Amino acid sequence: MRGLSVARALRPNALALVGVAVLATGLVGGLDLHATIATLGAAFTKGRYVTAVWIVLPLIGLLEHAGLRERAASLIAGLRGATTGRILVAYLLLRQGSAALGLTSIAGQAQTVRPLIAPMAEAATPNADASTRARIRAHAAATDNIGLFFGEDIFIAISSILLIRAFLGEYGINVAPLALSVWAIPTAIAAFLVHGARLWRLDRRGWR
Amino acid sequence: MIGLSALYLVAGLMFLSFALLGLARARRAARDLPNALFWALLAASFLVGDRLSDFQNGLLVLALIAVGGFGLMTNPLAADPPDTRAARAAGAARWGNRLFLPALLIPAIALLGTLFADRLTLAGGPLLDPSQVTLLSLGAGVLLALALALLWLRPPLLLPLREGARIMDQVGWAAILPQTLAALGGLFGAVGLGEAIGGPVSLLLPPDQLTAAVFAYTIGMALLTMALGNAFAAFPVMTAAIALPLLVGQHGGSPAVIGAIGMLSGFCGTLMTPMAANFNIVPARLLALDDRLGVIRAQVPTALVLLLVNSLFIRWFAFA
Repeated sequence: MRGLSVARALRPNALALVGVAVLATGLVGGLDLHATIATLGAAFTKGRYVTAVWIVLPLIGLLEHAGLRERAASLIAGLRGATTGRILVAYLLLRQGSAALGLTSIAGQAQTVRPLIAPMAEAATPNADASTRARIRAHAAATDNIGLFFGEDIFIAISSILLIRAFLGEYGINVAPLALSVWAIPTAIAAFLVHGARLWRLDRRGWR
Repeated sequence: MIGLSALYLVAGLMFLSFALLGLARARRAARDLPNALFWALLAASFLVGDRLSDFQNGLLVLALIAVGGFGLMTNPLAADPPDTRAARAAGAARWGNRLFLPALLIPAIALLGTLFADRLTLAGGPLLDPSQVTLLSLGAGVLLALALALLWLRPPLLLPLREGARIMDQVGWAAILPQTLAALGGLFGAVGLGEAIGGPVSLLLPPDQLTAAVFAYTIGMALLTMALGNAFAAFPVMTAAIALPLLVGQHGGSPAVIGAIGMLSGFCGTLMTPMAANFNIVPARLLALDDRLGVIRAQVPTALVLLLVNSLFIRWFAFA
């Protein structure tokens, strides 16, 4: 039993693969082991600000303990929309907007899609057969992902923006976080228009 | 002048307290020990990283990877006990939508600081390091919002750290993945990977090099993300191989535009791959879909249109 659990535990994850990639890049690229490790150490230490953004966790933990997610859920439950498409478009806007303010964890597949958005979207298309209802639920999940992905990078201190900044910094290119995050705005608008138009069309043509 | 070292001190102390809370738990259950060790190593990087040599810091990173990279850390994702669930519902009713205010204060202060911090001075010099105003304003916003929330909600003093540690343990090793990937960029730079790949790639491209190179980068970002399941992991590789040597080096494009929209091209790939299980496969199960790929099918048309849009945005905006 014990041996089994250890064997299962020692499975390398993405972090381990990045470690291997670092060592392989250095050694194949002509650095010796000492220089490879030193280059890794220098770059990692210089990029600590990418991880420093987690200092927000004690506050988020405190607010969640006081009911932040439940409050977000009741806001979402109050979304008004006569049709499945309109409910999902309203949720898309809310998800993109809150993610752009750094509030990525107040909504999500487990927090809001399963308990709220999927049932609301299903209820708005009455008398649907099972496959149509499944399609609506899939679109509820898709809308959450699209809202998150094309909202969060507008926030200046999200990890992806800081990763871009730290990576460019390694090449001697210094850019301010705001200079990166403003360039997430055109795509965010495009995502809302493209996905919103698809949802609107599904409303008109029927969800089956 | 306040610089990043102040932010690192705050973060280091937080990780140290997460380690101590983990250590307290590990006294009851030894399998929680790797978590405590991981946060302790990370605290060391933040608190004394500046005093260690590059090689010592490198060994510290390898130790973090050894502890975090092989599934040894535990994830306390156990269901909340019913009493805290009831307490949270009661809290939500009691505090209302004002609960959003402390959380919204952070982006507000981060943005205001970014735009106006140059007007704050201390003894004739700038109060905040001008090259780091956004991160320093963010840190100030976090501390201010936390102080206000503590005064308002009056929780037991350790509660924010305990709840923060709980979320941190759920994130686990993935917390340092972006920073480690950025460091991989340092290795790519040191061995000249971009020049090595960029040269051959540019020979493969048709005569209208620029447009072809833009599409090679955005489509490459999406495809590599689909293979790896993670846009963060694809970013250093594709950016070093195509974006920096060709788009920035040869054609003089703006690195900020290319980097920001390049990452979003990777996100288009995330929407189309079962490898991104958290986003695409887990929800299909959560929602009891018979079609395991149902969520991906719903996302593909939007993702493909946005990939084209992103490519055009880079072509138009980065070379203006």
